[in-house]
Amino acid sequence: MEGTGRGVVVRRMKATRFMDQERTNMSEGLRNMWAISRRELGGYFNSPVAYVFIVIFLLLNGFFTFSLGYYFERGQASLAEPFFSWHPWLYLFLVPSVGMRLWAEERRSGTLELLLTMPIAPWQAIVGKFLASWIFLGIALVLTFPIVLTTAYLGDPDNGSVLAGYLGSFLLAGAYLGVTELMSAVTRNQIIAFIISVVVCFFLILCGWEPVTQFLVNHLPDGVVSLVKGLSTWYHFLAFQRGVIDVRDLLYFGSVMGFSLFATSVVLRGVRGA
Amino acid sequence: MITVENLVKRFGAKCAVDNISFEVKRGEVLGFLGPNGAGKSTTMRIVTGFMPATSGRVTIGGHDVAENPIAAKKLVGYLPESAPSYPDMTVGGFLAWAADMRGLDGARKASALQRVTELCFLQGVLHQSVDTLSKGFRHRTCLAQSLIHDPEVLVLDEPTDGLDPNQKHEIRQLIKRMGETKAIVFSTHILEEVEACCSRAIIIDRGRVVTDGTPEQLKAKDDDAGMVTLRVHGVDAGTVQAKLSQVVEAGRVTASAEGTRVVARVEARRRGEGGDLANAVAEVVHRERWRFDELHTEEGRLDNVFRKITRPDSARS
Ligand SMILES: Nc1ncnc2c1ncn2[C@@H]1O[C@H](COP(=O)(O)OP(=O)(O)OP(=O)(O)O)[C@@H](O)[C@H]1O
Ligand SMILES: [Mg+2]
Repeated sequence: MEGTGRGVVVRRMKATRFMDQERTNMSEGLRNMWAISRRELGGYFNSPVAYVFIVIFLLLNGFFTFSLGYYFERGQASLAEPFFSWHPWLYLFLVPSVGMRLWAEERRSGTLELLLTMPIAPWQAIVGKFLASWIFLGIALVLTFPIVLTTAYLGDPDNGSVLAGYLGSFLLAGAYLGVTELMSAVTRNQIIAFIISVVVCFFLILCGWEPVTQFLVNHLPDGVVSLVKGLSTWYHFLAFQRGVIDVRDLLYFGSVMGFSLFATSVVLRGVRGA
Repeated sequence: MITVENLVKRFGAKCAVDNISFEVKRGEVLGFLGPNGAGKSTTMRIVTGFMPATSGRVTIGGHDVAENPIAAKKLVGYLPESAPSYPDMTVGGFLAWAADMRGLDGARKASALQRVTELCFLQGVLHQSVDTLSKGFRHRTCLAQSLIHDPEVLVLDEPTDGLDPNQKHEIRQLIKRMGETKAIVFSTHILEEVEACCSRAIIIDRGRVVTDGTPEQLKAKDDDAGMVTLRVHGVDAGTVQAKLSQVVEAGRVTASAEGTRVVARVEARRRGEGGDLANAVAEVVHRERWRFDELHTEEGRLDNVFRKITRPDSARS
């Protein structure tokens, strides 16, 4: 009896020690990740490119919303159509331009060798870089608040819908960013990374964009069409745009990001090997 | 601290590293020599955990680099060949980032920054952006990065490349000093560097180790090692040759007139008898009452050895 008892105690002690180990590993991991994110963020804000980007983003948003979106003509206190519906197209170019350098630049300048011989796990670098760019995009997105204020001043928008729209927009940016990070790892040329990312993201929009799905419905069986539609960022963004937060859409964006980051780690392993 | 066993690395059909094994203990400075494309950088990239090996095993401080990379990498400071650093950062910012990556914070971080700044003479450029630095300063910035956590193992790929003669000297002194308490591997094309700071040197050629030994052992492989040179005046070459040929320890003797002097080269009959040979030659000089102004034993020259054992091959890329 006593022997078993002691066995249990020992095992429990081992388990706690293991958990302690895990915990220090975890906090060390977060610390490393944050060190990488901070460097990347510093890189954005130390160069004028970041400010230029934010200004362009805001100007385009204003232009699309007030001019192309017929914001005033609609006479509705809603942001769905005039504001959020443009984001898939805006991000199509802006997100790849933010993320294209993430790995391509490390590969070109040889700092990849430095980064990957630091005592960190590759995922920490991958996620750290992703977070930095995503935070940057988030900041740009938050700076569109005057449009919300205008709407609130002119009418009485549904705050929930606005928040859902912002959440969807942020997730959409994250999905594109994941794709861009992956493409950035594939090549050492930023411009090529940019172009492939735009193309891939464009397909992700197209396969759920109404004109295309209308076309597909006439030529393909329904099951295939809904599958193709299910892969589209456009399709999953639509609900958010209308103010609906659906778990399936959250899952979709989560898995696009997760998959891209995982694929990035696979690509990087290949890059180091050859 | 570092053990490399039967390391092989293939790039497609090309074998960049072909079954290399070596070991570096604490207190040793290992010089890594070899012609361009021999596989020095590739070996170092595998040792530091950047590249996986095709086969073979590397351990650092007992940690297998492939199985336990983080524990192994913690012990290592690495200066890659191209001395990369982030061009958009300042020198101070870059070093602070390296300290963060090594888990240093607070007072330890501050003192580490202070220490490497002094070691690598970066005081004047701490606030300068890396992309405006000269090549030598960029190199020193990356070297500083490798020293930030005062690692037990240092892997330096051509650490003195691009440095001015003063800096080369300083960095060699630094390597030599640090070598007393650490395990260091560094590659170089400057052979004096090996004599200046290595306790051991390896020459690799086409991915294979062709020699491994102390600088003295390597130099002894020179064909001229152990040869005694004598310069006398007041006698003719024929007499000198005749008298020296009678020395028991002597092998081939040549003597020729150079201006008013005669220079004689005496090879040892057997290798490794240099000391005795010089004594025997000195006795002849003494007995014959020749007036001489030079008598010395050739130690051998590393560049001769290097050329002898790494044949040039234009087919190598
Ligand atoms: N990523 C790679 N892909 C394909 N071949 C490679 C790769 N890296 C190195 N090689 C090849 O491996 C061989 C060894 O290269 P390595 O850089 O290790 O040489 P080195 O000894 O460091 O030469 P140097 O003195 O010029 O620095 C070379 O023939 C090189 O072309
Ligand atoms: Mg090299």
